[in-house]
Amino acid sequence: MSIACTGEGRTLRAALSGEVDHHRARALMGELDTLIESALPRSLTLDLSGVTFMDSSGIAVVLRAWRRMGELGGVLRVSGVPAQAGKVLRAAGLDRLFALED
Amino acid sequence: MKQQPGNEVLLRFLSRSANEGFARTAAACFVAQLDPTLEEVNDIKTAVSEAVTNCIVHAYPNCLGPVQMRLRLFEDRTVEVVVKDSGVGIADIEQARTPLFTTGNGERSGMGFTIMESFMDQVKVRSRLGKGTTVVMRRRLSSRAAAPV
Ligand SMILES: Nc1ncnc2c1ncn2[C@@H]1O[C@H](COP(=O)(O)OP(=O)(O)OP(=O)(O)O)[C@@H](O)[C@H]1O
Ligand SMILES: [Mg+2]
Repeated sequence: MSIACTGEGRTLRAALSGEVDHHRARALMGELDTLIESALPRSLTLDLSGVTFMDSSGIAVVLRAWRRMGELGGVLRVSGVPAQAGKVLRAAGLDRLFALED
Repeated sequence: MKQQPGNEVLLRFLSRSANEGFARTAAACFVAQLDPTLEEVNDIKTAVSEAVTNCIVHAYPNCLGPVQMRLRLFEDRTVEVVVKDSGVGIADIEQARTPLFTTGNGERSGMGFTIMESFMDQVKVRSRLGKGTTVVMRRRLSSRAAAPV
């Protein structure tokens, strides 16, 4: 597992770390899918504070989690966004879908 | 007259996804000799990652092929990155550069070219179907001369 998960009940926090690129994206999507399907959280916070690099492959990872949470009637929060990842997510306009918290 | 590069490096590697990290780290190391800001290095790394990932994902969809990356540094602190593949090529470049356009599945967001364009000063794309694609990106680094020591 490369995602560290904490939380109780239906409030979850998933910490992504390292470089989020195409090389790792599929595995991360799979882990997040499993996490969401099994916990059915009302609120999922993606903690990006340990992410050292992100490119457009990471946009797809975050968007997929956002879409899945929406389908389940829950909310996605994105926190601990480092400068480089934030610039990429903002360039894609994701800050118009949900807040990118520092 | 076109100015001569002050330094140049040429890398050739297989289109394996493990080389995405290699290519952007190599670019960051080479550019470091111009003493760029952290944000400038990160912008260049991100643009390199996008261009190289496109070769790996789109140019050679079902096989491995060669990817070439040339980096050049000019006197006026311009960094030039050329990423070239000999893959399937792009049918309509203008369409490919449109935000959200993708021929990928749900694993792609169609934002790669948009990110290259917003992180670099200039992005040029040449492509021929069945022959391959070349992406040329330039970014002029800020002058560090005035920076306090
Ligand atoms: N080197 C290439 N060879 C062939 N086709 C390419 C190449 N680069 C880009 N393309 C085409 O251009 C489209 C847009 O590329 P772009 O990088 O903007 O988005 P993407 O790769 O589909 O998604 P993302 O980069 O957000 O993961 C691709 O879907 C693909 O069809
Ligand atoms: Mg791309």
